[in-house]
Amino acid sequence: METLGQLAHGFAVALTPLNLLWAFVGVFLGTAVGVLPGLGPALTIALLLPITFSVDATGAFILFAGIYYGAMYGGSTTSILLNTPGESATIVTALEGNRMARRGRAGPALATAAIGSFVAGTVGTLGLTFLAPLVVEFALRFGPAEYFSLMVLAFVTVSAMLGASALRGLAALLVGLFLGLIGVDLQTGQARFTFGVPELLDGIDVIVVAVGLFAVGETLFLAAHPRPAEQAPLKVSGSLWMTRDDWRRSWKAWLRGSGIGFPLGSLPAGGAEVPTFISYFVEKKLSRRPEEFGQGAIEGVAGPEAANNASAAGVLVPMLSLGLPTSATAAIMLSAFQSYGISPGPLLFQNQADLVWGLIASLYIGNAMLLVLNLPLIGLWVRILSVPAPLLYAGILVFATIGTYGISQSPVDLLLLYAMGGMGYLMRRFDFPTAPVIIGLILGPLAEQEFRRAMTISGGDLTVFLSKPLSATLLALALLALIGPMLLRLRRRA
Amino acid sequence: MLWSRRQVLATGLLASASAAAPIRTGLAQAIEQLRIFVPANPGGGWDQTGRSMEMAMKSAGLIKSAQITNVGGAGGTVGLPQFINQWKGQGNALMVGGMVMVGAIIANKARNNLTETTPIARLTGEFQVVVVPAASPFRSMADLVAAFKADPAKVSWAGGSAGGTDHILAGMIAKAAGGDPRKVAYVAYSGGGPAQAALLGNQVSCGISGWGEFGEQVRAGKLRALGISADKRQPGIDVPTLREQGIDVELFNWRGVFAPPGISDAQRQSLLDLVDRMVKSPAWAEILKRYDWTDIYLPGDRYRAYIASETERIHAILKDLGLAS
Repeated sequence: METLGQLAHGFAVALTPLNLLWAFVGVFLGTAVGVLPGLGPALTIALLLPITFSVDATGAFILFAGIYYGAMYGGSTTSILLNTPGESATIVTALEGNRMARRGRAGPALATAAIGSFVAGTVGTLGLTFLAPLVVEFALRFGPAEYFSLMVLAFVTVSAMLGASALRGLAALLVGLFLGLIGVDLQTGQARFTFGVPELLDGIDVIVVAVGLFAVGETLFLAAHPRPAEQAPLKVSGSLWMTRDDWRRSWKAWLRGSGIGFPLGSLPAGGAEVPTFISYFVEKKLSRRPEEFGQGAIEGVAGPEAANNASAAGVLVPMLSLGLPTSATAAIMLSAFQSYGISPGPLLFQNQADLVWGLIASLYIGNAMLLVLNLPLIGLWVRILSVPAPLLYAGILVFATIGTYGISQSPVDLLLLYAMGGMGYLMRRFDFPTAPVIIGLILGPLAEQEFRRAMTISGGDLTVFLSKPLSATLLALALLALIGPMLLRLRRRA
Repeated sequence: MLWSRRQVLATGLLASASAAAPIRTGLAQAIEQLRIFVPANPGGGWDQTGRSMEMAMKSAGLIKSAQITNVGGAGGTVGLPQFINQWKGQGNALMVGGMVMVGAIIANKARNNLTETTPIARLTGEFQVVVVPAASPFRSMADLVAAFKADPAKVSWAGGSAGGTDHILAGMIAKAAGGDPRKVAYVAYSGGGPAQAALLGNQVSCGISGWGEFGEQVRAGKLRALGISADKRQPGIDVPTLREQGIDVELFNWRGVFAPPGISDAQRQSLLDLVDRMVKSPAWAEILKRYDWTDIYLPGDRYRAYIASETERIHAILKDLGLAS
């Protein structure tokens, strides 16, 4: 009950006209930067840090949190419409979302993403309000061994994205794993596969690869193999709004996505992408129509979109309750605390109750604002698709280029973007799936680093993965996820 | 490389424009618009330093405006060549840098190094702290070092990336205690957050980071501080130095500013004056307090000598750790 009283007080802080204005500016800006590939919430907040010299702390954090939540919304829009993910956590959304858009169902795809984000954002914020101490305790039990086992589980989810030929899918995964090796190795400080190019020392940005493979690759493919059907503007057939069937298929996916995203997001080294992979896998395996996946299944948008928004709320759990910066955005928000002379740490809830509860209350408000802001925009967004294909794809190319340049103003990133685009074209041409490349690139380095950390701590003893109960459970889950569906199929056949 | 050509052209124009319209106030030539080069992305320590300098100089009325350019990546070694080659001869430019860059230049075998710039002044330092989880049996540095010497594989050290400030301190401690730095079971994390989580969750034996990262957890009793790498006890922090505990190690993660190569003596002097007046301004004192930065101001030629000795010292310890040849 104490929590409710503090939350009520938080709403009193967040509902002042000025703070409402900050929340609105935040979600609006966030949506905009989410739409632009490359310009993410971390960079945006970093560029806005100087406002901490003139705006009060509560207002500034309400603004920052709005940007953070808004970016998760905005990122899905371009994933669905243009196959150009604005954020790494919305890459999975592009898989089914863009297929839906191609089949004239952009409206329902955007709607299920927006409503799912709202549902998940609210569920996540509720979790942040009431469960933070519990979740933190659970999260701290994750050591390198547990993380590695979690990554193994996440790798199994690739099996849902391999496409028609497992061999081609695995080849694509290996390409991703290789790309993930490029850069300075964290554990030894040695450069790997950088060929003396200093820009490669920090590794390859996932967004550059995703945008290159998806957007640039597809543009090249369409230019090289024009089909009459693709030349005509994409038709937006049927309703803009979700049908009864869409609702029926979406709501469970939203809740499952929230349930996956929130706890995984609160893990200090979990990352926002892993829950989206797992959610996609779960939805495909639970769906009565798995054959629709890859062709535009609405669950494949609803689940991962919910997962990424719930994980955004999860990230705030260790940040607010322990003062741990567990994502790039959280790290920058913590450095903003410093410029107010507020020490972010385990005492934040006690020492800065006004600020923390005002911030949490503003998350509820910001979420509602985002829904109100995004739903009417759907009608406007889908009209982008009525632009004739050559113009649309030329636009996508420009958009992808500007966004990539925005990441680091580095010409090397642009070269990489087009190299990836060329590879994306060849992969399409020879029928290789592109999603496994991204999964390899994201999961490979995480799994490798956690494995080596676990080995350093255990002194090279491989049994740690099985002797720790949590780690063993995760590995068992991974095994189940891998062979469970096969066994089911065998039984059905028998 | 159309882009870099345009950049050169633009900077050339700027330089000639500022040469054409010199502004004179007082003794040295005043700088109206300062250009600050930050070889890191927005948000980190160097960026904070650059932006704080802008604020302090403006509020002290030393400059009219400042323009900050961020070129991040690889511990500053992506930005450094650009500063040396494209900003050459610009008398109104300062680059932020520090100890991390010295280490990165050696570890990444970078083509350029800091001797090619014009060092202006060392400004701030952050001392490091060695912590253990609250439930750890280690109560002092002596306990930790004894356990390390008994079986190095049983003591895991969490910190930032390999070869960075935290790893360097771990190596120095091991060496000072008579152990082998290469045997340090160092667990590198990409940021302070995950490293802190590993400590709070009792996953590692001990951890090293800047006081700014761990201080709050120590104050809250979640982590126990065994020793700090400062030269003397710090006001308000009840933690003994490493040296007090018989480990002859002192380390500051220092930050300073550099001017481009090829500037005239008069230009160098006016930058030295500018920084000197900033350091003595009340606004700067306020900033040091806010970020818990220690004032270790060291200008001009002594700074140049300091960089040379730091480079040697860090190179030696990276060699001990097996990260440099």
